Amino acid sequence: MNPASFKTHPSAALTLRNVTKRFNGAAGCVTALDDITLDVKEGEFLVLVGPSGCGKSTLLSLLAGLDQVDEGAIRLGEEPVRSPGRDRLVMFQQDALFPWLNTLENVMFGLRLKPDLTEAERLESARYYLSLVGLADKEKARPHELSGGMRQRVALARSLAPNPRVLLMDEPFSALDALTRDQLYRDIQDIFTKRKKTIVLVTHNIREAVCLGDRVVLLSPNPGRVRQIFDINLPRPRRINDPELASLAAEVTDALSSHLSRSQEGLA
Amino acid sequence: MKLPRFVIPTLVAVTFLGGWEWFVRVGHVNDVLVPAPSQILHWFWDSLLNGELLSATWVTMRRLIIGFAIGAALGVPLGALCARVRWIRDTLGVLALGLQTLPSVCWVPLALLWFGQEESALLFVVVMGTIWAVVIAVQESVLNVQPLYLRAAMTMGSKGWHLWLRVILPAALPGVLSGMKQGWAFAWRSLMAAEIFVVILTGFGLGSLLHAGRELLRMDQVMGVMTVVVLVGLLADLIFFSPLERWLRRSRGL
Repeated sequence: MNPASFKTHPSAALTLRNVTKRFNGAAGCVTALDDITLDVKEGEFLVLVGPSGCGKSTLLSLLAGLDQVDEGAIRLGEEPVRSPGRDRLVMFQQDALFPWLNTLENVMFGLRLKPDLTEAERLESARYYLSLVGLADKEKARPHELSGGMRQRVALARSLAPNPRVLLMDEPFSALDALTRDQLYRDIQDIFTKRKKTIVLVTHNIREAVCLGDRVVLLSPNPGRVRQIFDINLPRPRRINDPELASLAAEVTDALSSHLSRSQEGLA
Repeated sequence: MKLPRFVIPTLVAVTFLGGWEWFVRVGHVNDVLVPAPSQILHWFWDSLLNGELLSATWVTMRRLIIGFAIGAALGVPLGALCARVRWIRDTLGVLALGLQTLPSVCWVPLALLWFGQEESALLFVVVMGTIWAVVIAVQESVLNVQPLYLRAAMTMGSKGWHLWLRVILPAALPGVLSGMKQGWAFAWRSLMAAEIFVVILTGFGLGSLLHAGRELLRMDQVMGVMTVVVLVGLLADLIFFSPLERWLRRSRGL
């Protein structure tokens, strides 16, 4: 596309313009994402939600720079996103903690890659974020000695510690039990309000999307397109069992199923 | 009442050795061909006192350790290169797979022609015994590193040497270690074979001692050296590889 026509919104952290991504699979060329245009505002909690196959994880990989767009462009501020970078850290579905490092060393990993810090500053920062996620006493523990929820909290500390401009989360709660998940929803909201991070979360759980997001972007599959964007104006901290939240989630679910049935009619 | 675990093995060993001793003493077999355990022990004691056994063990161990170190030091980067670069994997990687199946004693004739009856010939055999197993193990374990670790590390800004040294190699370490263990076993076998078959002018190792035993019709010496060879193999495992593996498994909760 013509760079001159690329307008970035002044308050946008991430700008996506006409992003298209295709994969060559066994069934031929599949369009995973089709013409996605979206702004993620600075300090916003944006949730991408949709059924499996709608390309939401692909979109996150593109934002992380782990994969490249086929058409269109992604920018972080004014800079084009082409490769992974410390300004966009990712929390994955599995914790991805390194089993050869203990908790503190795992959190230090990203910090050690920032050359402008002294070792003492890194240590202080790592300990601060570990205590922020409530694991200050688990510094020396190895990942396998922690529960799934604790590991995911360490992963959260690890992605927050280098102070990225954007935190990208790829279904980080989906492998956890309900109680642990509720705790993490509280933790994340708490950190989000305290630290004013820009967060992009990918999930297939609509209730979770409404609970966490300032805006919820509904994606539909085959090919992945933005269907509808919902503004969620509930006060924080939000509780997942809140009735108002539940009725909003139902609204999003209805929108999703009407899009899905319409696209099925289209196929038939 | 439950017996401690060591009781039965000890009883079996004592009965076996005692029976063997008795069998030889009463003259059922020729003690030149089958020496009694006491005769082997006697040889062991004598050769320990006159220093022959220790110096032979030292000569052999030095060859093994130096050769193994060279083989591992070359094998790790070559294996990493095979994993990293497609065309190297298709060439050197395939060659390594082939040469790994070649019993490393087959290198002995070549080594003798190239290096003569000297230390370097034996080192060459040991290196060839080690290197291919290590190359294959490193290649495979690097290729099998969880992509998730790489993605996580890359988003945190790790790349190039940092990614290799801080993520890929630590993640591949268990596989690399078992490759080294295998390489060590290959090297040990090939070194013994080489020492038995070839007179090496620069040092008299355990294999040479065993061979001399045969020439002198000293079966006590032959069996004594065989026992030492077994013990060295066990000790290497007991004091080096096993603790390393145990530590690795425990620290990662495998």
